[in-house]
Amino acid sequence: MKARVHVMLKDGVLDPQGAAVKHALGALGFEGVNGVRQGKVIELDLADDATEAQIGQMCEKLLANMVIESYRIEML
Amino acid sequence: MKAAVIQFPGSNCDRDMAVALEKSGADVSVVWHKDAELPKGVDLVAIPGGFSFGDYLRCGAIAANSPICRAVVDHANAGGYVLGICNGFQILTETGLLPGALLRNAGLKYICRTVGLKIETSNSGYTEGYNAGAEIGLPIAHHDGNYFIDDDTVARLTGDDRIAMTYTDNPNGSRADIAGILSENRRVLGMMPHPERAYEDAHGNTDGQRLFAGLLAQLTSA
Repeated sequence: MKARVHVMLKDGVLDPQGAAVKHALGALGFEGVNGVRQGKVIELDLADDATEAQIGQMCEKLLANMVIESYRIEML
Repeated sequence: MKAAVIQFPGSNCDRDMAVALEKSGADVSVVWHKDAELPKGVDLVAIPGGFSFGDYLRCGAIAANSPICRAVVDHANAGGYVLGICNGFQILTETGLLPGALLRNAGLKYICRTVGLKIETSNSGYTEGYNAGAEIGLPIAHHDGNYFIDDDTVARLTGDDRIAMTYTDNPNGSRADIAGILSENRRVLGMMPHPERAYEDAHGNTDGQRLFAGLLAQLTSA
């Protein structure tokens, strides 16, 4: 089975890379981009009996830094 | 005084750190990240700068979960001294020994230059060689040195006198201009600037020397 983990900076944590992408989109002439937040997508190829709770532990121990990031698990 | 310098794949300040400690009088051993134990009787663990594991995932995240880091956490929890510089600071926040996290510099650029620092407290083995309020210059060389913590933690660190040093002209967006912080027992220091690169005359700046001298004095008399 596969799962996809989305890791994003929490609201309130400044995302300078997202801000730079927003600026670059504006420079290319794309109007109306009110905000850009950049995150990570991590795909996991797992044993068939893996549970969402186990993936949650992987996120909290390694894949995300809970001080600054939040995560969302998508079971595929 | 016995010191251990931890070496990860991608560490690049390990030798500078070992030289600074040796010249200050420490008996230094270099310890590989796959070792599960520190050498017996180590007083200080030094985690050097660099790009451990290529900064993959997040700076310091993979290193913080390496076998040696479990021993480093045990050493700190038993009251041992741990100094983390640059990538070492990032690793210490990832292990949870120090609060907060280091984000990409606010200006997005890698910054490599000497910056002004204010010593905020002389109440630690690391900073007792300086006067509180003293201004010194040390080199920084990082892309991810933007120290982030929430407002409550800033207030707590300030109230407990745990902010070791601040930037006089914030180069990277760090909260409250923080360049280095201490643990609750004041024995773990994480800092982004490089005192080991401002140690001897050939460096053109010796402002970092007193950090090592103070530490050696503290640990040798203990």
